[in-house]
Amino acid sequence: MAPVISVSGLSKTYASGFTSLNNIDLSIERGEIFALLGPNGAGKTTLISIICGIVNASSGKVAVGGHDIDGDYRAARAMIGLVPQELHTDSFESVWATVSFSRGLFGKPKNPALIEKILKDLSLWDKKDAKIITLSGGMKRRVMIAKALSHEPQVLFLDEPTAGVDVELRKGMWDVVRELKAAGVTIILTTHYIEEAEEMADRVGVINKGEIVLVEHKAQLMQKLGRKRLSLHLQQRIDAVPEALAPYQLALSDDGWKLAYDYDTKGERTGITSLLGDLRTAGIRFVDLETKQSSLEDIFVSLVRQ
Amino acid sequence: MNFRAVAAIYKFEMARTWRTLLQSIVSPVVSTSLYFVVFGAAIGSRISEVQGVSYGTFIVPGLVMLSVLTQSIANASFGIYFPKFIGTIYEILSAPISHVEIVLGYVGAAATKSIILGLIILATAGLFVPLHIQHPVWMLSFLVLTAVTFSLFGFIIGIWADGFEKLQMIPMLVVTPLTFLGGSFYSVNMLPPAWHSIALLNPVVYLISGFRWSFYEIADVRVEISVAMTLAFLAICMTIIWWIFKTGYRLKR
Repeated sequence: MAPVISVSGLSKTYASGFTSLNNIDLSIERGEIFALLGPNGAGKTTLISIICGIVNASSGKVAVGGHDIDGDYRAARAMIGLVPQELHTDSFESVWATVSFSRGLFGKPKNPALIEKILKDLSLWDKKDAKIITLSGGMKRRVMIAKALSHEPQVLFLDEPTAGVDVELRKGMWDVVRELKAAGVTIILTTHYIEEAEEMADRVGVINKGEIVLVEHKAQLMQKLGRKRLSLHLQQRIDAVPEALAPYQLALSDDGWKLAYDYDTKGERTGITSLLGDLRTAGIRFVDLETKQSSLEDIFVSLVRQ
Repeated sequence: MNFRAVAAIYKFEMARTWRTLLQSIVSPVVSTSLYFVVFGAAIGSRISEVQGVSYGTFIVPGLVMLSVLTQSIANASFGIYFPKFIGTIYEILSAPISHVEIVLGYVGAAATKSIILGLIILATAGLFVPLHIQHPVWMLSFLVLTAVTFSLFGFIIGIWADGFEKLQMIPMLVVTPLTFLGGSFYSVNMLPPAWHSIALLNPVVYLISGFRWSFYEIADVRVEISVAMTLAFLAICMTIIWWIFKTGYRLKR
């Protein structure tokens, strides 16, 4: 199936001479949740802003649902809902008015029932007549999400959607996202909370210094780059790792009670069996052991540091 | 044409007017009333008739124009500047609407406000001096044309401005002097010949002259020239706005 968003050769150099994006190629599949990760200033927001029509590209092409964002901007933009990172709201409007305004702006006929549902899903219903200025930061964030959903987008951009939103509301927000995905909406999100990407995303893209470093299915990414760590809690503390165990490059904790062994899950041999055998030979006994998969965060940090 | 979007912007802007009723309507009416008291009653009683009408009556079209010009610019510039300032412009830029539709929404609302205001001031003036309008259709046409043109001009200022100071600068330093010197309170024919020639370089002279003609059939310049000058200014504003959207000037990075 054709990708819902295709970006090719996209570059952006600002008037200041700063190159924010450098020859980006990216395809987003219909109906997926795509997490765009990257450090601050990597170009995430610029990329989103170009696709949504807020920033002009310096070169390159972008199509949304097959519609060129310049040549056929009406069709392209009608498909997109955008929740920007910054809280931009009209202070003196009511929640209901601002959400209805967004729907009108996108050329959709009035649909109070839909807006009621959106506000209820986002726990904003009891605030519908409140002026936005009276709302908390987390509520404003949800108002912006409601605005983006009001015109029934097929593609939803969430730029740092959970910044400043408390844990419970964050869960509620993700429930809404899952529901949207179930309804066939494509979701592109950027987040600083890598565990969210890990939990929500189907695919992950990492952007750094204006270049896409990697795009991978989350599971494959975890597998491909994933390393595991075996931790052994010793029966008796030791002062140093015995010579015989040197090849395993074990790490001894400062208090001498814990040994850690890093291994590659996709290696043919993990070396665990022989390690355990050699430990016994060396007379080192342990009371407990655990293994831990490296998280997306570890993968991310290692990629960006390169 | 995305009429729903135009309607959404228009309604949004009009709602802002009703929210700020004091600032939008009441304050211009009060200040115009003060002009009538000062220039019309106090000073005007000592001035002989101007071109066959009493001074108080003579200044009515000029005062209406003064308010329509300044309020059109103020409304339209603020209307587009504010979303830029608070960031909500993102939604306008990312919506499936054309430049024409954006302008129709914002400028339409700003012009509507000034037309309503102009009519209110006219009615207020009726309380102070007897009004007679020779050509009501022309009067309305001039009113609408001027409101639209200067709302477009205000829209341009609102996009150009990148701070509140700039937002005030053109109206304060350019438009208000031009309006005062453009014959709101006198006929440019009363000026010495040299100043008269200089005054004719002021585009506002043509607007006020034409507007006054529609009331009393007295004019500083021929009414055809007034119409042509107004249309020319309209065309210039539309060209600049077309260029702004084409290049994304001050709207898109």
